[in-house]
Amino acid sequence: MNTPSEDSNWLYTISPKKSVINLNFKEIWYYRDLLLLFVKRDVITLYKQTILGPLWYFIQPLFTSVIFTLVFNNIADIKTGNGVPSFLFNLAGITAWNYFSACLNGTSDTFKQNQGIFGKVYFPRVIMPMSTVLSNLIKFGIQFLVFICFYIYFVFFTDVAFNTFPTVGIIWLPLVVFIMAFLGLGFGMMISSMTTKYRDLTFLVGFGVQLLMYGSAVMYPLSLIQDKVSQGKLPDWVGAFIEYNPMTTIIELFRHITLGVGTFSVSKLVYATLVSIMVFLLGLIVFNKTEKTFIDTV
Amino acid sequence: MSDTILKVENISKQYRLGLVGTGTISHDLNRWWYRVRGKEDPYLKIGEANDRSTKGTSDYVWALRDINFEVQRGEVLGIIGKNGAGKSTLLKILSKVTSPTTGEIKTKGRIASLLEVGTGFHGEMTGRENIYLNGAILGMTKREIRSKIDEIIEFSGCERYIDTPVKRYSSGMTVRLAFAVAAFLEPEILVIDEVLAVGDAEFQKKAIGKMQDISRGEGRTVLFVSHNMDAIATLTTRLIVLNNGKISFEGSPELGIKEYLKTDVIGSYYQYKGEIDKPKITKIEINTSLPGNIHEFGKEIKFVFNVQLPFDVENLALSFQILDESDIPITHLWIIDSENNIKRDVGKYIFKCKIEDPKLYMGNYTIRAYLSESKTKERFDYLDSVCNFKIQMMKTERQDYNWHKGTCKYIEESSWTVLKEI
Repeated sequence: MNTPSEDSNWLYTISPKKSVINLNFKEIWYYRDLLLLFVKRDVITLYKQTILGPLWYFIQPLFTSVIFTLVFNNIADIKTGNGVPSFLFNLAGITAWNYFSACLNGTSDTFKQNQGIFGKVYFPRVIMPMSTVLSNLIKFGIQFLVFICFYIYFVFFTDVAFNTFPTVGIIWLPLVVFIMAFLGLGFGMMISSMTTKYRDLTFLVGFGVQLLMYGSAVMYPLSLIQDKVSQGKLPDWVGAFIEYNPMTTIIELFRHITLGVGTFSVSKLVYATLVSIMVFLLGLIVFNKTEKTFIDTV
Repeated sequence: MSDTILKVENISKQYRLGLVGTGTISHDLNRWWYRVRGKEDPYLKIGEANDRSTKGTSDYVWALRDINFEVQRGEVLGIIGKNGAGKSTLLKILSKVTSPTTGEIKTKGRIASLLEVGTGFHGEMTGRENIYLNGAILGMTKREIRSKIDEIIEFSGCERYIDTPVKRYSSGMTVRLAFAVAAFLEPEILVIDEVLAVGDAEFQKKAIGKMQDISRGEGRTVLFVSHNMDAIATLTTRLIVLNNGKISFEGSPELGIKEYLKTDVIGSYYQYKGEIDKPKITKIEINTSLPGNIHEFGKEIKFVFNVQLPFDVENLALSFQILDESDIPITHLWIIDSENNIKRDVGKYIFKCKIEDPKLYMGNYTIRAYLSESKTKERFDYLDSVCNFKIQMMKTERQDYNWHKGTCKYIEESSWTVLKEI
């Protein structure tokens, strides 16, 4: 079967030519075991040699929610809606936001973090950020369970949550998680690609993600911003930024389907989906372009 | 009919020297501007051969320039070259770690590389978990690993520690485990870089043995990069010598090693150029069987001493010791004029000492030389640790056991008689 003259017999070719999008799904599928093993590695090594271990998964969002409730609701007096405990409101926002920011932070230094391993052996580089997103999904799952626990506590054991109930939109939950993952992954891949040669962007990511949280309706309802803009207390462009920030849509959506607060529209959902897919594809293109030669410039 | 499994065509790789900084961005922008207008990258036209030691004028160097070769199925191709000759760059391109600047590589098989063992080992995970992870990184599926895990553990010899985190391992054990995983890879083409330089003697033996099995027994195609000439000579069937990013030789390992050693000179000879106010050794040279003061075990070797006498010397004595790496004298050879009733008058002499059948074992050696008057005991000249030379066991096959440094100082010729006791 191996006639030497036939060029079509080659299994693959290594060349400097870069096609715009070159995602070899067959190859990724071949390396699926590696993907899962990376996830396993992330999960089992994260809390090694800690006493509380995975309990840290719970502690971080709980404490953040407590502080947010104290600062934004008790001190700054932001209303989260009648019959919706502000603690639960904040916890919902933080749980969702945490997943996005963990995906973004985790993938944004893929190339720099893994230059050792990437410099030695080849496997589809995209496996690395994908594994980050997957292992964060487990973390998100645990935090979501925590959220459910508190939800049950507030609804059944206290009387402050008389207006809190999930809506039928809960069927959209997987889509919401997908959008968050795609957004985080897409931005993360872009940033990681752009920081291989010029590291300037890394400085931005550190505090940028944190600042973005304030622009994503995590600790306030979007309706509050809309009110402030119409009252003229907030510049229009700030309002527009928050309103069209896809993460705002996601957080609002997440709270709407779990707590029944905030606004929800199909057009917003479509908008967020489209943006996340575009960001993801763009990230993939940039990532693919970079992965071939980054080891020379990192 | 030839069965080419790998074809390398016009592969070049350009690197930019210096730091990445604000200066780089102007070049990047310029390059981008050319590309936007559909022109060729202007920086590809410049660049110099990659000679590490000379100062160049260009910021761009070609780590590889127009490399062409083919590899047949089942062949073990050796690649050697000095530091910075482009070996690692070539292997990196082959294993898709980085892509070439120009050219193409076509392959009919999967390539797996052992650029460095233990890639992706995580200290917090146990040996067993790391076998799975490392195996998957190297391209094995979980099922493949599961079917081989017992063999891998046994080969590594770390059975007792296999469920302990790798960070508790000694460095040697980590390497053993890592090599064991790699040794059970089954790609069509295996790329190996210097892995044999690790581990203790016992494990090296095992590793070389495994390499031999892979290449000979299993008929796998192997690309093998090493500085270990003994391993190259015994393992490879064809050799490529890289020099400053270009192929300077392609052919049989024996010729290739000679070609390579020409460029690889180790402190080869001693020369004295100062004033001669008393008898002096002006030059010492060793005629080794290979260039670069490398000598094959058992072949004739000559030590040549140039001696200059500014006046007549009645009882000249010239002697030298051969020292091993720890400066321990192995042998002492001499010529004493008084024993032969010779008197030397003023002039220049050449003393040649020939050992027809040297028994020195593999290793690095130096010379310590004395020039004296044997009656008055006056010492004219004394040179310590000069003329580094190396003995290698190339092509001296010994079945079943490989040669190892330091097992002895010399090998005696001997004959055995064996009787069976009744």
